[in-house]
Amino acid sequence: MTTGLVHPGSRASDPIVRVADVSKQFNIHKDKSLKERLVNLRRSREHVEQFWALRDISFELESGHTLGLIGRNGSGKSTLLKVIGGILTPNQGYVERRGRLAALLELGAGFHGDLTGRENVFLNASILGLSRRQTNQYFDAIVDFSGIEQFIDTQVKFYSSGMYVRLAFAVAIHVDPEILLVDEVLAVGDEPFQRKCMERIKQFQRDGRTIVFVTHGLDQIRELCDRVILLEHGAMVLDGTPIDALRAFRDRYNSEPVAEEQHGTRAVEVLTTRVTDGAGRAKSRFDPGETLGIDIEVSAARPTDDWVTGIAILNHLDLLVFGTNTKILGVDLGLLDGRRLVRYVIPELPLVEGQYFVTVAIHPHSGPEYHRLDRTVGFKVYSASGEAGVVHLEPTVELVDTDAQQFVEPRVMPHYPL
Amino acid sequence: MSTVPSSPHGHAAFNADVEPLQRVNAPRSFWGGFGATVREVVQYRELLGQLVRKELKVKYKDSVLGFLWTLIRPLLQLLVYSLAVGVFLGSSKTIHSFGIYLFTGLLAWTLFTDIIGGCTGAIVGNAGLVKKVYFPRELFPLSVVGAAIVNFGLQFVVLLGAFAVTGQWPALSQLALVPLALLVLVVFATALGLVLAAANVYLRDVQYLVEVGLLLWFWLTPIVYDWTKVKQNLAIERGWGFAYQLYLANPMANVVLAFQRALWEAGKGTPFYYGGNLAGRLFALLAACTVLLWFAQRVFARAQGNFAQEL
Repeated sequence: MTTGLVHPGSRASDPIVRVADVSKQFNIHKDKSLKERLVNLRRSREHVEQFWALRDISFELESGHTLGLIGRNGSGKSTLLKVIGGILTPNQGYVERRGRLAALLELGAGFHGDLTGRENVFLNASILGLSRRQTNQYFDAIVDFSGIEQFIDTQVKFYSSGMYVRLAFAVAIHVDPEILLVDEVLAVGDEPFQRKCMERIKQFQRDGRTIVFVTHGLDQIRELCDRVILLEHGAMVLDGTPIDALRAFRDRYNSEPVAEEQHGTRAVEVLTTRVTDGAGRAKSRFDPGETLGIDIEVSAARPTDDWVTGIAILNHLDLLVFGTNTKILGVDLGLLDGRRLVRYVIPELPLVEGQYFVTVAIHPHSGPEYHRLDRTVGFKVYSASGEAGVVHLEPTVELVDTDAQQFVEPRVMPHYPL
Repeated sequence: MSTVPSSPHGHAAFNADVEPLQRVNAPRSFWGGFGATVREVVQYRELLGQLVRKELKVKYKDSVLGFLWTLIRPLLQLLVYSLAVGVFLGSSKTIHSFGIYLFTGLLAWTLFTDIIGGCTGAIVGNAGLVKKVYFPRELFPLSVVGAAIVNFGLQFVVLLGAFAVTGQWPALSQLALVPLALLVLVVFATALGLVLAAANVYLRDVQYLVEVGLLLWFWLTPIVYDWTKVKQNLAIERGWGFAYQLYLANPMANVVLAFQRALWEAGKGTPFYYGGNLAGRLFALLAACTVLLWFAQRVFARAQGNFAQEL
């Protein structure tokens, strides 16, 4: 039964969703009551602000693909999802699709606080398109997935937010859609539950279902999507592979390091920080394995020998990828009198593709820090391989025939770009 | 078959590759869209049932008496009007079985206000759903109508109880007026409800206007007083025949008069028993209200495209 997309005579390459020249305009009314409208009758045109949430969006999505929509807040990605789902009607253009659709735009949107978990399961399943008979059939599986058996007859207003979301997601994933629209709902619940959800989404993919989802989590894009559309101010900027889209997204928005506030007593100051090729020449793009240098120029108001400098490299998620300082490295910097340049050199940069930021700090061996600049400079790593994760490793592959206890030379495949 | 069946229903229904592409929210002509919407609502009847059930469950959740309030409220109204109008103003001296007279009218009126009041807030009150899930928006007002009809059924049982106690069972001859009047009431109230539900999204004042409007309407309907007083004071004493005809054109007045004629046995032969051609009037109203319902649905359909962004 669950063999997926294999249909005799199936035309898997035909689109399952077609978005044709869709534009959506929003009116923002500034007054809502009759009095305000009457008072502002003559000026009422001025009180309606219009803007295009979507401009001339066209694309076709083939069955079995996972499309990610990315863009900054207000770029129109959620609006596009709602137009595909039929919740909003576009001003121009149209959307065509086939097959059953389930929209997970908000978990538990159909939940009513005064109803019990059991009642809400039936109501919500019905809203998402399940028949009562089907819901009866999968009720146990739904409750089991949510893991809240003992509270199923409690009103959901007494649920913790985690329980609420678990139950809602459990219902949602038991709906059997051909097209699934997902809006940021994967970022809920505790970590094991998130993993469970992600596992289920991947199962959906293996079944050959079509998924369109909106997320801010760039890692999820890389992990789940095979196609990404980047939106900016309602217009489609890029339609391509996840790597292209993430690169474009970072180039547009993430390349400027965020100048955050500086901390410290400023007894010793950081004057400049630069990312270099390790020999003093400024450089901002690296391949994995290249040499990276970080030059920090410091000066002291009064000569001191009590100083330590530290660096930290963070990725786009603010994850600390690497951090060290001269004390950890066992380097005594000696007397600081006037200006000095501290140069860190990382010979073979073992990082995967992405945008990184450097935080530098200078502090005494103990006591409050002199000066710290968070995310003061940035650099990018571009990688030809589609590897995932945080570190760039270069594993080799060996193949052993365990029957013959024999080493087999692995076939080298031509490298193909993603 | 994997150990984790992700598709609990199997793939019997998974024929996306065979189905043709269908336009989402395809524009419907102003004249022809009604039928398409009715078909869509029929498709979603199971959800409609769930929503009606929700309306009923939620209304009296966490109240000690719960569903009994459905019965207590009209009974208290009955008590208040019996005392104020029946005893203090003396109507019970002239109108026989004043309690039953009152209750038949209140029964119809309660159904009307339940539908109108409930529908007005139906879209705004379900904003969370309207913005996040797609199904025909008509289901929200229709679920209110469904719940109101269930409540009406329960209250009708009280009336049956009153018949049993007093022994004044209505004659069969006029009983056919009840379903006809009920149909007029439901069609008329649903039509108004659809328009008000849509209007309230754009202008929240509507819900307050509805409250006041219903109060006015209550007194323009012969529920706690009798229609002969209107005829006496408008048509005969002042000679405002036109105003009197206008008063009688009120669909709710006809519905209430039909209820009284069919269910208020003690009134037979008294002047308070409306003698006009009620069946004919009700059929004419039914035709008019059906057209109104069609029009209301078209207005609703026009407005609903922007619900999600206006809420």
